[in-house]
Amino acid sequence: MAATEEHIIDLKHVSKRFGDKVVLDDISLYIRKGEFVTLLGPSGCGKTTTLRLISGFLAPDEGEILLDGQDISGIPPYKRPFNTVFQRYALFPHLDVYENIAFGLKLQKVPEDEIEKRVKRVLKLVSMSDYEDRDVESLSGGQQQRVAIARALVNQPKILLLDEPLAALDLKMRKDMQIELKEMHKKLGITFIYVTHDQEEALTLSDTIVVMNEGKIQQIGTPIDIYNEPVNCFVADFIGESNILKGRMMHDRRVAFIKHEFDCVDEGFGEDVPVDVVVRPEDIYFTTDPAKCQFKATVNSCIFKGVHYEMWVDTDTGYELMIQDYDPYPVGSEVMLYIDPDDIQVMHKERTRNVFEGEMVDETHVEMLGGVFECLPQEGIAAGDKVRVETKFEHVDLLDHQEDGVIAGEVHFLLYKGDHYHLTILTDDGDHIWVDTNDIWDKGDLVGINFAPKDLKISKRDEA
Amino acid sequence: MKKFFAQAYIWFLLALLYAPLILIAIFSFTESRVLGSWTGFSTQLYANLFSGEMQESGSLLAAVENTLLIAFVSATVSMILGTIAAVGIHNLQGRKKQAVSFLNNIPMINPDVITGVSLFLLFVFLHFSQGYLTVILAHISFGTPYVVLSVMPKLRQMNPNVYEAALDLGATPAQALWKVLVPQLRPGMVSGFILAFTMSLDDFAVTFFTRGTIGLETLSTYIYADARKGGLTPELRALMTLIFLIILILLVIINVRQAKTQKANE
Amino acid sequence: MKRSHWSIPYVVFMAIFVVLPLLLVMVYAFQDGTGHFTLANISRFFTDSDALGTFAVSLEVAIENTLICILIGYPAAWILANKDLNRSAVTIILFIMPMWINALMRTLATAEIFNMLGIPLGKGTLLFGMVYDYLPFMIYPIYNVLAKLDRSYLEAAQDLGATPWKVFWKVTVPLSMPGVTSGVLMVFMPTVSTFAISEFLTNNKIKLFGTIIQENINSSMWNYGAALAFIMLIIIGITTMFSDDNENAEEALI
Repeated sequence: MAATEEHIIDLKHVSKRFGDKVVLDDISLYIRKGEFVTLLGPSGCGKTTTLRLISGFLAPDEGEILLDGQDISGIPPYKRPFNTVFQRYALFPHLDVYENIAFGLKLQKVPEDEIEKRVKRVLKLVSMSDYEDRDVESLSGGQQQRVAIARALVNQPKILLLDEPLAALDLKMRKDMQIELKEMHKKLGITFIYVTHDQEEALTLSDTIVVMNEGKIQQIGTPIDIYNEPVNCFVADFIGESNILKGRMMHDRRVAFIKHEFDCVDEGFGEDVPVDVVVRPEDIYFTTDPAKCQFKATVNSCIFKGVHYEMWVDTDTGYELMIQDYDPYPVGSEVMLYIDPDDIQVMHKERTRNVFEGEMVDETHVEMLGGVFECLPQEGIAAGDKVRVETKFEHVDLLDHQEDGVIAGEVHFLLYKGDHYHLTILTDDGDHIWVDTNDIWDKGDLVGINFAPKDLKISKRDEA
Repeated sequence: MKKFFAQAYIWFLLALLYAPLILIAIFSFTESRVLGSWTGFSTQLYANLFSGEMQESGSLLAAVENTLLIAFVSATVSMILGTIAAVGIHNLQGRKKQAVSFLNNIPMINPDVITGVSLFLLFVFLHFSQGYLTVILAHISFGTPYVVLSVMPKLRQMNPNVYEAALDLGATPAQALWKVLVPQLRPGMVSGFILAFTMSLDDFAVTFFTRGTIGLETLSTYIYADARKGGLTPELRALMTLIFLIILILLVIINVRQAKTQKANE
Repeated sequence: MKRSHWSIPYVVFMAIFVVLPLLLVMVYAFQDGTGHFTLANISRFFTDSDALGTFAVSLEVAIENTLICILIGYPAAWILANKDLNRSAVTIILFIMPMWINALMRTLATAEIFNMLGIPLGKGTLLFGMVYDYLPFMIYPIYNVLAKLDRSYLEAAQDLGATPWKVFWKVTVPLSMPGVTSGVLMVFMPTVSTFAISEFLTNNKIKLFGTIIQENINSSMWNYGAALAFIMLIIIGITTMFSDDNENAEEALI
């Protein structure tokens, strides 16, 4: 049964804090009746928090949560018409399978014979009919999983909430359960809200995916949309394999990257505008026809991956690209490559340089990001003035030892862009700094941070 | 609101629990023979306790010494015996393991009277003259199960290949035990020691039945005899207060250290 | 050498110091003074109205003590383990600390207080003193189990429609049973078998089962004393068989 246009759940400007930490930052989304929605993102992105807000175990600090148009933020979890499949199943160890599943029904004072009917029916749905009298501790992970699902479904909830339910299963079992869940959804027709960090799982199961990171929604769309047309670097990197490159939009339908120009299908970015470009490894093709060749490269490595070969090539312009193809090409060989305009996804750059807010300490020092940095003296700007400090990504100094920098931080996120790395640094104070560098860092590395005085562009900031 | 009632309940219970101890502590600072009458502030009782001048307090001190000695010796032997036993039991399978575990549990389930009486009969049967040795043996018999119980979880948590790795690298079994097993099991061994030590300190019935007639007194038997004679020796009040304080300080230290390591690990 | 052989020294030790003594109790129980087999000791118990009476009183006091300890101790343990209601580790320690102060001392302290306040010693003071002595032993294992309880069970119950009250009775209480069992084990039998405590707290007016065992052994009536001890062993055996959750109860202790 396809999803209707009716909204069953609305989240409007929802925010949630744990102490000082903002876990959800002004989230708004809606869920259609009957659809299979997945909240997808890395650990800590806020997806589980969102689920718990819907199920009622957490209350929002700001914003509204609506069910069929009514605000339910004040309703406790045991009164909401939803049921949850917990990550580690949470089957009651002191009850057997039948009693676990009947638990909710007994609370609703459903008559015994009706309970028996419904329990048997739902056990059949999850293919566990013979297990009624078994002890839950004697079941395997996959079996416990099914009982947990049965226990939730037997109460005929309006929405089934699933919190990374397959995370503890091995690969084969996970894939099998994914198919079963999808079929259950089709059969039952109720809304499923699913949380996972596994992007393949999300792409397989969902009608709609909500990609989240650091408490914000990055993109909402169908699996195909999200895969083919990611709107920013995070989504492009998180979903599937990608080549993410720095580019320049020359004009509509023409973009330059890896020092070549290509036709593409995107419009509306403007003229001569810096952009980010995504090309999936499977979308770069080899050719022996010089007329089709758009650029050349040398093969660096070639690894057999079962379904395809994964190759890294160095382009004639000094960029590294990943290519996936059914045929291998020998290491060291020169190859000719092309990309279809359809397969080039152009994304707005979220930012082109670092912008910080600071205050002048004196003529040659500015305080920002929790530290005092040396700068060049500025005309018309005196001590105490509030200023905006801009600096290019490549002008951030990262040092191996935290003590050598003016402030310290940690490498939070890495993006390889063909010829350099684009890092997101999280400072000890909680600020974000973006860095372009050719040095090799690892996620989680501790760094010291400094800037050369001439690289800081300072301008006066109006008090808003 | 709920929190208020909950906390009130807790603190009310604590007040009841500690009232007698606090009263005793207060009255340890006065010399009166009778608990409850205050004859002026004085630390004489504490002085008596340590000077051993008064005949009564002299043997009290001896009793305390005996108690500590017996506890220390028996807990140490328990710790060694129990740790080796735990390793052995951990490596047993099926029926044998169940049987030995059951045996191990018996001293813990048995009330101390039974343990005392049964050991009394044992020593009579073996024609062992009863005194220090029999008391220590008795304490080892009921202390070791606690050591086994404390060390077993650590064995379960431990990587099973660690011992073989040591042998593989050239260690003899004894070396492997000392250099590899013991460091990993140490927390369990320590808490086992503490449990055995506490059980020994606290014991009355077993000591009562196994000490024979040579006049060996531990703190418990001393108090028992003393109370039968009618009322607390005043010096006991001072002793009780001291013990109370020592334990309090120990617990505070342990907890401060635990809180520190928790903070460091964050 | 197989590491399982390391258990041999201990097994030998236990054979001598645990198994043999208990066997001896049985032997003495079924012997008369001249070493002949007899059932007289056992039958004497069942015909001695004093002994039976004491036994009954001991059971009664033990049951009352255990029940009161559960009634007072369970809520205390629950509050201590509930992060919303109690964040202080200090209160937990304060409840556990009395366990480490010599039991006789604590009992004597209580008796002295009664004396000081002029309260006559008798059944009331006995019960109060018992609860006072044994309460920490009931609170500690229940607290341990409750503190380790996986919160997701409680959430799952709520998710399935249980109000907080129902969650408590249908999930928390059943899952905390190993702790309660452990507590009962540490309170019930010891209460039946103590002797010093009842002497102090009732001025010897009320005797408990442990007392008559002790009296008999002390006055060299070893056979009868052993018989009484044997009867107590049977009772222990029965109660342990009822609580087959022994492994879980152990976990509650450590």
